[in-house]
Amino acid sequence: MSSENIIECKDLNKYYSGVHALKNLSLKIKKDTVVGLIGDNGAGKSTLIKILSGAHAPDSGHIYFEGNEVKFKSTKEAMNLGIETIYQYSALIPQMSIARNIFIGREQTTFSLGSIGLMKSKSMDKAAMEALNDVELHLRSPETPVNQLSGGERQGVVIARAMYFKSKVLILDEPTNHLSVKETNKVLRFVEGLKKQGVTSIFITHNLSHVYPIADHLCVMARGEKIADLAKEDTNIDELTDLLVNG
Amino acid sequence: MRPEISTFIMFVVIMTAFFIANDKFLSPRNIRIVMGITPEYIIVAIGIAILMISGEFDLSVGSVFALVPMTMVQLVHQGIPPWFAIALGLSIGIAVGFVNGFITIRFGIPSFIATLGMLYIARSLTTVATGGFPPPFPHSLPNELFVFQFEVFRASLFWMLGVAFVAGIMLHRSNLGNWIYSTGGDTGAASSMGIKTNNVKMFCFILCGFLAGFAGMIQTFRIEAPLPSQGYLLELESIAAAVIGGVSLFGGVGTIFGAAIGAILIRFLESGIIMARIDAEWFRAGLGSLIIISVVFNTWVVRRGENMVHKNQAEENEIDSKKNTQKSEGETNE
Repeated sequence: MSSENIIECKDLNKYYSGVHALKNLSLKIKKDTVVGLIGDNGAGKSTLIKILSGAHAPDSGHIYFEGNEVKFKSTKEAMNLGIETIYQYSALIPQMSIARNIFIGREQTTFSLGSIGLMKSKSMDKAAMEALNDVELHLRSPETPVNQLSGGERQGVVIARAMYFKSKVLILDEPTNHLSVKETNKVLRFVEGLKKQGVTSIFITHNLSHVYPIADHLCVMARGEKIADLAKEDTNIDELTDLLVNG
Repeated sequence: MRPEISTFIMFVVIMTAFFIANDKFLSPRNIRIVMGITPEYIIVAIGIAILMISGEFDLSVGSVFALVPMTMVQLVHQGIPPWFAIALGLSIGIAVGFVNGFITIRFGIPSFIATLGMLYIARSLTTVATGGFPPPFPHSLPNELFVFQFEVFRASLFWMLGVAFVAGIMLHRSNLGNWIYSTGGDTGAASSMGIKTNNVKMFCFILCGFLAGFAGMIQTFRIEAPLPSQGYLLELESIAAAVIGGVSLFGGVGTIFGAAIGAILIRFLESGIIMARIDAEWFRAGLGSLIIISVVFNTWVVRRGENMVHKNQAEENEIDSKKNTQKSEGETNE
């Protein structure tokens, strides 16, 4: 088991009420890279990320994380190991401030009685600004409510949150859906920045042009199978488009 | 801008208007009268506001407001020691809150319905508990501790300030408050971040039932007569107070301060109408108008605030993109 692979999947199979959603899927994900996982709707991308994020268990097959076999029972278990998943509809509370959103459920507290305590607002605000700066997101105040941010900035806040809590692998599920071109570029810049900070990201999309510029490795899926797994230097956008369209 | 600030502006305007209509409106005597009864309503409004922020409703607070003190009085008549009767009475409030929460969460029905049912059940129980006619008030109950009349204020005002202080710290400064806001703001997002949203809601239901019972106890102690009709329509007035104070019907938005100002405003509106020698029957018309105007005003103020932010952002973006185009033009020229 090579340690440069942060995640390795072997012969994963998953059935949903008789449908073979994932067929003998094996995948190696190298440390500190951006992997683009592309495929049309129904190709099995979502099934794969649900398994990697701990939301569903595979029917057969093995998953290795940093060389050790893992079997997740919940997303919390995966999160504790450092695998954080960012879903299409971001997990932010619109009316709440950026800082409060970053710390939901993981607040810094003092004078605690059991799990309840006073929040250290100043320290959380400061940490929130630093977390945002780390992903090159420059916002005026950590007290700004999230509903005053653009779609791209919201994704940035979610990424900053995952970074702050020391995620090793970030799974991004269609993070650029419904975003304008400009906002999409912002998100792509966040993801590029992750690599420098030693975070591996798996970028799921059906839009090749979004992930191609920033990916190191591209993995194409169709009908529950992996049909191509290529380093970027060994392929080009035409070949990938052809794979995506014709399977 | 925060919605409770617009409530505060409205509060100042209304107080000023009534003061102009009759300068005795702000006399110590009138403030003493109004603030003698207001703390009870503020305490209920605080409970309702916290529950509404967590995304749920409680229509049973008016009935609990009567049931809890009636229980205490009847228990004392049965020979139970007063402090023990108070504890048992308050636990009835807690129990009603728990049942409201349990039914809402376990059966996945709207809290509006669960607590509407409880409104009738608790009111009915109160009437049954009187056994036909209202019992006399037992003077062994330590009512002076809760309602003693000082120079201007009653002891209940200090109890209310204590409740508001603790609730304010909990809601605005503790991590539990963060969970309450997130649960009401977006239950799905909150639970995906590991918040046990059902437990949070249950806590708010119980707190609301407890505070409604506690406030009802103060009222009975003040008038020294347990009436089965006490708190009739209070549920709507409490929701009105919360909404006037900027609490959102959809959860996730509101403050303790706003709810308290809303409750105070309603009581001074009532007093102001009487002091201005308007027929007291106009109070409800005034309250109705106040609800509508305040929510329209709140919404307008919040939108205006958001628009200003968006305008600033749009301008910044424009400047950014101009810089970028200049840069790229420069690059192509090279």
